[in-house]
Amino acid sequence: MEKIIELKNVNKIYGTDIKAQVLYDINLSFDTGSFNSIIGQSGSGKSTLLNIIGTLDTATSGDVLIDGNNIKDMTNNQLSDYRNKTIGFVFQFHYLLPEFTALENVLMPYNIQKKPVTKEVMDRAKERLKLVGLEKVMNNPSTKMSGGQQQRTAIARALMNDPKMILADEPTGNLDSDSTETIYDLLRDINLEYKTTFIIITHDRRIAEKADRIIEIKDGKINLDITK
Amino acid sequence: MKLGLKIAGRFLSSNISQTILIILGIAIGVSVQIFIGSLIQGLQKGLVEKTIGNSSQITVSSNQDERYILEYDKLISDIAETDENITKISPVLDNQAFLLYGDKNQSLIIRGFDIDKPESMADGIYDISNRIVEGRIPNAENEILLGIDLRKEYGIEVGEEVDIFRTEARKIFKSTVVGFFDLKVSSLNTNWAITTLSNAQKLFELDDVITSIEMQVNEDAIFLTDEISVNIANVIGDEEYKIINWKEQNESLLSGLQGQSISSYMIQVFVIISVVISIASILAITVLQKSKQIGILKAMGIRNSTTSFIFLFEGLILGFFGAVMGILFGLGLSFAFTKFALNADGTPVVDLYISYSFIALSGLIAVVASVLAALMPAIRSSKLNAIDIIRNN
Repeated sequence: MEKIIELKNVNKIYGTDIKAQVLYDINLSFDTGSFNSIIGQSGSGKSTLLNIIGTLDTATSGDVLIDGNNIKDMTNNQLSDYRNKTIGFVFQFHYLLPEFTALENVLMPYNIQKKPVTKEVMDRAKERLKLVGLEKVMNNPSTKMSGGQQQRTAIARALMNDPKMILADEPTGNLDSDSTETIYDLLRDINLEYKTTFIIITHDRRIAEKADRIIEIKDGKINLDITK
Repeated sequence: MKLGLKIAGRFLSSNISQTILIILGIAIGVSVQIFIGSLIQGLQKGLVEKTIGNSSQITVSSNQDERYILEYDKLISDIAETDENITKISPVLDNQAFLLYGDKNQSLIIRGFDIDKPESMADGIYDISNRIVEGRIPNAENEILLGIDLRKEYGIEVGEEVDIFRTEARKIFKSTVVGFFDLKVSSLNTNWAITTLSNAQKLFELDDVITSIEMQVNEDAIFLTDEISVNIANVIGDEEYKIINWKEQNESLLSGLQGQSISSYMIQVFVIISVVISIASILAITVLQKSKQIGILKAMGIRNSTTSFIFLFEGLILGFFGAVMGILFGLGLSFAFTKFALNADGTPVVDLYISYSFIALSGLIAVVASVLAALMPAIRSSKLNAIDIIRNN
């Protein structure tokens, strides 16, 4: 299978005076279109790993290859463009822009490309909101929506540019179990329909077990890597 | 750029009360600048106008022992042609004499102007006809005008005859007082006697001569009189003639004006500095306030340069609206000042000088200063790291 991203001997050390190593020689790759979950205790290094995969953070040593290209060789603007076109992020605290409506938030990744918003683009944004069941509240300010609605808006936003990969860090961390179930079913549907690669951090084993592959991180190392 | 503008606009409108407060801050700065500037410029113009508006601004007199200028008609036309800023030019014959009235006497300067001639410009320089409080302009032999203070002091009345005593000739001439003038300067009101040029010549038994040529220049060229004087000297030569302009005679006034200008500039500079610092500090706080949003945008792939533009546009928008509002405030303040700060006679204490170019410049400075103030926050925002914000939620 084609690899969307590859990590080679990735180490991450925080701090300059007092050094804290978070990741130890991680070697990992992900197949295109796969649905992966990362589990592990707090402080195990799983969020750091996800941020390095998403090019938000950089490895202290080791290489991150995207479609065979090393991100070390990419400029800031290239990385920005790569994130914009290829990756959709869903964070635990949804991180919508409070100044904008749900629809405008969903359109934002497209706006960043500085291309004109055509009717077709607008329809695509509305369709993404419909997919997450928010077509009725799409013109609400993002601050006037419930936690679950905001998180679903964030998912719709992550899907806007048809990314190859969606990285989600505890996307249901602050939601009740019913909403959690709905959102995972939604992510799974998207994975099947659009062949989008998912890498999801969760502390919920029940949820993790729904994934094709479970990776457990313990003390900065891969403790377990099971593919169903 | 367009995205930066859109986000900037949304950031500002989402916190409208803070935005209005910043705009008000800039507006007050701009209005103070416009008001102070107009006030000082008006004050200076008024002061110059009051001081030298009705007197000779450039005076040409003879440098020779014999202090009379002969054949002055040609000289006057030569001088008038040297500089187009010279608007009024007039011959004068000055001589010392004594006024004898009853048992009192005092010295007088007999000033002979060609005020009886239709082409006379002396009236324009001294505004004599409007300064006459009683009587009329002399137009016949032995007629003189005296200052208002002499009427008060000696009780002289219009139509009375007074004795003029020429000390150097030890002769007394009788003259009829045809009126009184008030030049608003006490020393002139007590010491001057105004008559026609021909009468002055006759009184002192002189041919057709004068002692000096007096002139005024265009209002805009009032501070260029020294340069104009040099031009005149180049034409008529400075060996025979002495050329004095008002700036030489009023050095203390000039340094006063200069001091005023400098203090006005100082006030304006400090106003600009305080506006810049307040915008910069508020925008710096905005970067902190919006750092979460900037982090999200960066995670979504917005470029660093675009985030910088967000804050530069914020500065531009704030500066623009602040400048527009400030200009309105400033004009309103100036208008109110001329309406409510009045002298007893209902005229404004200071006539403000409204210069549109100055106002436009003040507005432009505010806009540029606001954008400059946004520069630091813009740089800070471009250096913000998405991961720091996401990790530290």
